Amino acid sequence: MQKFWKKCVGLSLMLWAGLPGMLFAAGEKATAVVIVADTRNLKGLMGWWGNLYNESHLLFTLLTVVLIPLIGVIFGLLADVIMQRIGIDLKSRELAEH
Amino acid sequence: MEWLYVHMPIAGVEIFWPGLIILGIGVGIIGGFFGMGGAWMVTPGLNILGFPMAFAIGTDIAHMAGKSLIATMRHGKFGNVDYKLGMIMLVGTIVGFEVGAQMIMWLERLGNVEIVVRYLYLVLLTFIAWMVFHDVSTRRKKQQAALAAGQEVDKLATGIEWHKTFHKITIPPMVHFKTAGIYCSAWLPIFVSFFTGWLAGILGIGGGLIRMPALIYLVGCPTHVAVGTDLFEVMISGLYGAATYTFKGRTELVAAIIMLVGAAIGAQVGTVATKYIKGYGIRIAFGIAVIGCALSIVLKLLAKGIPEFKLWFDGSATVLILGLVFALSLYIFIQMIKGVKKELAAKKALVSGH
Repeated sequence: MQKFWKKCVGLSLMLWAGLPGMLFAAGEKATAVVIVADTRNLKGLMGWWGNLYNESHLLFTLLTVVLIPLIGVIFGLLADVIMQRIGIDLKSRELAEH
Repeated sequence: MEWLYVHMPIAGVEIFWPGLIILGIGVGIIGGFFGMGGAWMVTPGLNILGFPMAFAIGTDIAHMAGKSLIATMRHGKFGNVDYKLGMIMLVGTIVGFEVGAQMIMWLERLGNVEIVVRYLYLVLLTFIAWMVFHDVSTRRKKQQAALAAGQEVDKLATGIEWHKTFHKITIPPMVHFKTAGIYCSAWLPIFVSFFTGWLAGILGIGGGLIRMPALIYLVGCPTHVAVGTDLFEVMISGLYGAATYTFKGRTELVAAIIMLVGAAIGAQVGTVATKYIKGYGIRIAFGIAVIGCALSIVLKLLAKGIPEFKLWFDGSATVLILGLVFALSLYIFIQMIKGVKKELAAKKALVSGH
């Protein structure tokens, strides 16, 4: 069991160390400038979102990381319902190369 | 026409939101169909819509995470994702990527390697395109020979069979990947993912464009499983990327959500289309996408080599990529509609037959 946990910790550390480089390399390098959202003319939800960005990048990140998969799952399930209504079989497919 | 523009609270720019949805649909279809993130297609599109470069990459990755999640869920239900293979390959990819990235930094200290990297990328894409079309022609020849002999070719038969040679390696531990239907040494996917990760690290790309054909030709995955398993990797790296980019303040969630509306539809269309298109249909379309990507790099190299025409070459590269996104997604969409119609007609016939 100890070996298993060691492996898990090792893998997590490797993921933590390796993935950022991999993703940053996908595009141009971002310059180290601090960007501040101009919230003077923003109201309501947009204003709150802009202020959250300015006040805490950590909270902003946590919300983004939760919202993106959540919205993805909601849209995915919605599309499932529509496709099932159309009558498409969404559970099986024939594995054929030609 | 003000209602067609939405204010981005972080980037502070007005963006034409229908453009974001259309872009999302296009790259969603292509991503779900080929099993890749497709950053090389999204970033020029976001730039055209007026997105500052600092936000384009982060926003792209954030929407990619959601889109890949939707597509992986669907591919998973179809039985196209080999999670065991995906996890093993993820480790190899990360280690390989780090080695590649470190190597390129070391080479950079020796001199300017940017142009060399672009040429290497071009050579690699040319090789992938050759591999795909050589495979297609070999399989056709096999089929013709079998037909001439009065035989039928197996449904899963392929043209290039390099993987069969690799499967002969019996260095322990031997692993059975049930979904992919492969029994091989665990070192094969580890080495292949290390190699593709290393190439991605050197070239500075996400890697889906290399990993998908590697899963087919080197590991021996059926095309559909290669697409699904690659998307699983894209999903994990995308989620992590969304976190890191957002923490650095480079993600515009409003734009990512708008794109996700389109990408959710697109990813479902692309994924469901794989149900109606046989493996070789996917391979040929993928080969065309690779040629398009290679041509856009040629144009970018020309823009660097002939600065007087830089604007023209850069513009042509963007038009080429966006045209390719439009043409491929339209083709996939039409194929899906045809497939759905056929399936519904068959169901109807079955019901009326009873």
